[in-house]
Amino acid sequence: MERHFEKDLNELKERLLWMGSLAERAVHQAVHAVLETDEQLAKRVLDEEDAINELQMEIDDRVVQLLALHQLMAVDLRFVLAVSRINNDLERIGDQAVNIAQSAQRILRHPRVKPYVDLPRMSELAEEMVRNALNAVVRRDVDLATKVLATDDQVDHYRDQIFRELLTYMMGDSSVVFPAFELILVAKNLERIGDHATNIAEDVIYIVQGQDVRHPTVDRR
Amino acid sequence: MHASVRQAVSVNITPPVMNAATRESMAPAELRMTVSKLNFWYGSKQTLFDINLGIATNKVTALIGPSGCGKSTLLRTLNRMHETVRNARLDGEILLDGKNILSQDVTQLRRRVGMVFQRPNPFPKSIFENVAYGLRINGSKLPMAEAVEKSLRHAALWDEVKDQLHKSAYDLSGGQQQRLCIARALAVEPEVLLLDEPCSALDPISTAKIEELLVQLKDLCTIVTVTHNMQQAARISDFTAFLLIGQLIEFSPTPHLFTTPSDARTEAYITGRFG
Amino acid sequence: MNPRLRWRKFVSNFMLTMTCCCALIAVSVLFFILGNLVYHGGTSINWNFFTKLPVPVGETGGGMANAIVGSAKLLLLATLFGVPIGFLGAVYLAEFSGSKVAFVVRYAADLLNGAPSIVIGIFAFTLVVHPFKHFSTFAGGVALGIMMIPITLRSTEQFLLSVPRNLREGAMALGASKWKTIATVVVPAAYRGILTAILLAFARVAGETAPLIFTALGNSYWSHGWNQPTASLPVVIWNYALSAYDDWHRQAWAAGLVLLALILVINIVARAILSRGISVPRA
Repeated sequence: MERHFEKDLNELKERLLWMGSLAERAVHQAVHAVLETDEQLAKRVLDEEDAINELQMEIDDRVVQLLALHQLMAVDLRFVLAVSRINNDLERIGDQAVNIAQSAQRILRHPRVKPYVDLPRMSELAEEMVRNALNAVVRRDVDLATKVLATDDQVDHYRDQIFRELLTYMMGDSSVVFPAFELILVAKNLERIGDHATNIAEDVIYIVQGQDVRHPTVDRR
Repeated sequence: MHASVRQAVSVNITPPVMNAATRESMAPAELRMTVSKLNFWYGSKQTLFDINLGIATNKVTALIGPSGCGKSTLLRTLNRMHETVRNARLDGEILLDGKNILSQDVTQLRRRVGMVFQRPNPFPKSIFENVAYGLRINGSKLPMAEAVEKSLRHAALWDEVKDQLHKSAYDLSGGQQQRLCIARALAVEPEVLLLDEPCSALDPISTAKIEELLVQLKDLCTIVTVTHNMQQAARISDFTAFLLIGQLIEFSPTPHLFTTPSDARTEAYITGRFG
Repeated sequence: MNPRLRWRKFVSNFMLTMTCCCALIAVSVLFFILGNLVYHGGTSINWNFFTKLPVPVGETGGGMANAIVGSAKLLLLATLFGVPIGFLGAVYLAEFSGSKVAFVVRYAADLLNGAPSIVIGIFAFTLVVHPFKHFSTFAGGVALGIMMIPITLRSTEQFLLSVPRNLREGAMALGASKWKTIATVVVPAAYRGILTAILLAFARVAGETAPLIFTALGNSYWSHGWNQPTASLPVVIWNYALSAYDDWHRQAWAAGLVLLALILVINIVARAILSRGISVPRA
């Protein structure tokens, strides 16, 4: 029997996915602003930040209403709670994209430090993680979510690699310190984006299986 | 954007189309009935004090409150059923489409404002005759079979009884009997349907069926329901009125009342801290 | 076993046996009467009994046709007179009256019920026979009708009151006026009980003798119309039983058997109707 609150649940999902698309696009545009030294792209990311923040507030309102008005149980309850968390992760991803865009704006005044090799690969991975995490939400796909969790290590590895490399450059030539430092920040932001995508993947597993896989080392027996 | 398919990320994606208004607006909708300065006494005991509220057209309005707060009393004044009790007295104004119901012919009024009671009360007649009853006594010239089928469909009961229309209504289960009573009330095409704790005598599945039915019936008529189950009010109503010892404490759109009530007493009641 | 216990056991057994015997006696009285009637009157029940008029003493082959028809006419009149009054009075009591009026009316009805039937006969005599200066079927019908009123009224009122209030509310909420509600919902819901009430009232007056003595009197021949005295089964039984003739005695037994059988059948039918279920919804 279809219940009338299902319409509200579906609308909530659509709003969340829309927010996800905006966040994904922000990351993509911000990263390409850095890699291609594109000032327009960077500016666009900053302009579109408000849309993401508004959506966060709208989704929180919807979550409160759904919980207050309908006594949701089981998967519906887990879903709404997870949406509330994913909401925050997406907003943070948006913030990280803004940070990357701002770094892009600051870098373009300087010549390129070195050819970008690892950074494009890292950003591709991070974007893929976000994309897969959101697809996992849509399809409630636990396997895809698990894949996202596994990819996080690679992203962390890239961040360490980029740190070391840029550190070497900075130590060798003090004039590149400013842009190199910005690049380190960008790598840090990308790694944080990866972490947020991981959180989203963990929420998907919570929705589908009811399992909280956030901190495997904590003993809850 | 269909929820199960996501577009590839591109620079020029467009926002999804939202189907209907997402939440009922807080602006007052058109009012089908208005209650003004209503005071009510049983004998010398006053049970309703200065009630003022408006019932929005084609919406569900719920009356909630602890036992004895007067919500059923208030509901029964809306179709003058309080007059069946000997020493009931009323003071104030109740308007239906702008005209005072207290000065109209009461049997005409009750055709326009129907009522469904707490315990299902089908007549000891066949299912068909139960639904046709209101039409017959009001001298309707409509073809009965069609009208009965229409009502039973509106009450989501047709499929279950279409082959047994001439069986006794008492052969139906409790939930079916209550839907039969709803069909019976709908047969005369009322503008307003009053329901006095319609699900309190029913099991959870029957309750869920009737709740979904009420949400759909909004399109047909205006609905006012009394319920002691405030979660039910939260689930199905658009506007909620909270009454306490005969006074109207708060009346707001349901999402507002249940998330950020304006009065501390409302909050105490809905958080289960009393009543 | 100690003596105390023995005494208690003895008392217990004694009471059990005694109450059992009394119950058996009560039941067996009915069968004893029936048996007697069958024994003494069974042989006299024949075609003549039902179709022939009484014949002068000494001749055989007479019957009770006029008494049977007379009883039928009297009971028909009684029903037409007593039932509507009782029924409508019950409707008033159940649906319209306040508790003070209802109390008075019920009390009066119960007193009337308990009034000796001969007194009612005298009343009907004064009311009908005296002004018209002759005995009549009409007067007998009135007397029996008066006796039917309280039974019909009280029973019908009980059955009307037993119809749940929410059925009335349901009808009124659909726009039915009070009278329409009563006619289309309340009375149909109570119809089994009302029918039973009428049948039981009928059975009660079918065997009444005393009121008929002053009103219908009796008749050895056919009674035509409603204004002549008429024979009736109970009165004929009384007359024949007190007579000195064996043939008449036998006929009295036969009449008694017929009357009792009629009343038993009505009672059984009434109970069967009632047991088919009072119309209330399954909770």
